[in-house]
Amino acid sequence: MADSEATAGPTAAGVSTRGTGRAEGGAAGQSPWRQRAMTAVFLGPAVVLLVVWLVYPTVRTIIRSFYSRDGSDFVGLDNYQALFTTDTLKTAIKNNAIWVGVVPALVTSIGLIFAVLTERIRWGVAFKIAVFMPMAISLFAAGVIWHIMYTQDPSQGAVNAAIKVVDDAFSSGGVLTAAQGSTPTLTGSVKQGFVLKTPVQAGGTALLGLTAIPPTEVPKDARQAVAPQPKPGAITGTVWRDFRPGGGKPGVIEPQELGLPGVSVQLRDAGGKVVKSTKSGAGGAFAFDGVKAGSYRAAVGPDTFQKPFAGVSWLGPKLITPAIMIAYIWVWAGFAMVVIAAGLAAISREVLEAARTDGASEWQVFRRVTAPMLAPVLSVVFITMLINVLKVFDIVLSVAPGSTQDDANVIALAMWRTSFGGVNDFGLGSAIAVFLFLLVIPVLALNVRRFRRET
Amino acid sequence: MDTVLRAARRAPLNLFLLVVAAMWLVPTFGLFLTSLMPKGDIAQEGWWNVVSKPSSMTFDNYRALFNNNDLTKALVTTAEIAVGNTVLLVLIAALAGYAFAWLEFPGRDVLFVVVIGLLVVPLQVALIPIFSLYNSTHLFDTVLGLILFHVAFGLPFGIFLLRNFFIGIPKDIMESARIDGASELTIFFRLILPLGLPAIASLAIFQFLWTWNDLIVALTFGRDTQPITVAIFSQLRQFGSNIELIAPASFVSLAIPLAVFLAFQRYFVQGLLAGSVK
Repeated sequence: MADSEATAGPTAAGVSTRGTGRAEGGAAGQSPWRQRAMTAVFLGPAVVLLVVWLVYPTVRTIIRSFYSRDGSDFVGLDNYQALFTTDTLKTAIKNNAIWVGVVPALVTSIGLIFAVLTERIRWGVAFKIAVFMPMAISLFAAGVIWHIMYTQDPSQGAVNAAIKVVDDAFSSGGVLTAAQGSTPTLTGSVKQGFVLKTPVQAGGTALLGLTAIPPTEVPKDARQAVAPQPKPGAITGTVWRDFRPGGGKPGVIEPQELGLPGVSVQLRDAGGKVVKSTKSGAGGAFAFDGVKAGSYRAAVGPDTFQKPFAGVSWLGPKLITPAIMIAYIWVWAGFAMVVIAAGLAAISREVLEAARTDGASEWQVFRRVTAPMLAPVLSVVFITMLINVLKVFDIVLSVAPGSTQDDANVIALAMWRTSFGGVNDFGLGSAIAVFLFLLVIPVLALNVRRFRRET
Repeated sequence: MDTVLRAARRAPLNLFLLVVAAMWLVPTFGLFLTSLMPKGDIAQEGWWNVVSKPSSMTFDNYRALFNNNDLTKALVTTAEIAVGNTVLLVLIAALAGYAFAWLEFPGRDVLFVVVIGLLVVPLQVALIPIFSLYNSTHLFDTVLGLILFHVAFGLPFGIFLLRNFFIGIPKDIMESARIDGASELTIFFRLILPLGLPAIASLAIFQFLWTWNDLIVALTFGRDTQPITVAIFSQLRQFGSNIELIAPASFVSLAIPLAVFLAFQRYFVQGLLAGSVK
């Protein structure tokens, strides 16, 4: 290396190194060409890349947004007008507004809660790794994961399976889905239940024969039906499948006809009000004890035919945006948590201890000391999420099936689909990109101002 | 006695956080179990059933994945893009970061403010002009084209991060190197790069993950040059429900960044903090 190069650095100004004659001994300005060449070597590649891939395209896109689809005609603000009048684009803007309104606030609050709570447990580090892990995964892969989680059939989709567990705890689905009365005396529908027209009194019996039950739906533990035995002061009966291979005689319990267990049976008064209800047992037998005097009617309750939980349609048009947001929050909560936790760690323990010694409760310490001191960190997280949410793209593509992508549309996705997704309208696409750019400019200004203040 | 009481009081909190941690782990684990299910079972039942019958687990789907030329090629392409782009970005950003930190030239501060401004430029703004540019320069559908786009968009953050780190390196070290006759390039390679390693590692990990996980850039500027995300995406679109291929492919595609993340967690978090606490 030539010694003279040593003086090219500005910080070497005024420092005389070894004499080679040319560029040594003076202020940096004495070897301007060498210095400029050095600056060019260090800065050149970056400047070229930034100009060609960022600055030039930005300018070009702005100009392009005033031209028609193929770029041949100047159309003024037409593309911008289309941006706010085309249905799918209006949906995209509306959805993005919802994203902006909901997600940054939620991610920041969840991150704050996690960051505060992990300080109180021994396995805080393990917890942080678990929650932070999705950050390493692509938003696209995270979308695939949640696409599978959201499968509608509760026997395949984990989210709906979890809901079904809760749902089953409160109301179980009926044992049957379809049936008819086997005789004209038993009438009704699966919606209203089937009522036996023949009145019955205490000590009497009721035969509830059902047909048209799909064979696969006959409960596995169904056994031969047994005719009810009258019992004083009670109404007894049997609900059974009034059908046997070959047909059988309607309204009569015959060999090979199976009693239906688990069927909801009601006792209704003359006005049709349900006064008692029970479930049939083995062999389809049921009994209402302690029946008061009067005339009643026995009925098969409608909840017998209640459909089991079929799964929430997460990927359908109504819920698709909230569904994607949940997946997105799952990815980003770890980011918020880690940054806020670092902010928390920076708060002086002494200040907190002082507040506690002064008798402040944990909540007061949080409200009056921790939260205000965290405010700058919280705003950084919030703003970062704001930018991210404005540019949300990949996860929408992978969670939403093709059929609901219009319903899930967001600005960045709309830009891509308009430009490259078959429509290929570069004029409108450019206008959408410029719109997106305008939305992030306030953040840009904020960043620059913050930097100016620091230096 | 006191500790028992305290433990009892903390039990609900521990339980709550345990449930939360499960909520964050289960989805990824579910994808993994799905990828181990026999092809016929995937359309029939949920992955949690596999837990009760471990004997049905199989690596057949992974075998099929690695026999699928499109997908193995996509994995190689992804690695090429991610590695090439990371190396190039680190080098260029470090050179520029050094210039902004330690070289004096006219307009330095203005230029740095421009770089900070470019931090938030959404890449959507560049897609259309670069698409046209690539089409006229044969960079379309090439690994190099994708790398250059990623490097350019990684630069503002990279320069910002490294400049702020380099400026903290004591001036004396460089002064004495200069007195000893070291050139700027020597100082850069022998002093700055080693001393700046923590920040460089953060940047490298970020850029690696970002490129590995990219979809939109590759979807726009590639056709046959497909990284794994695009390959999975076209599987999702083409046949709809061939989860037996999508699940293992997605898992492989996320296992690598996950391993990188777990191995270099510290640097990742450092970079995150340096980048976000602007």
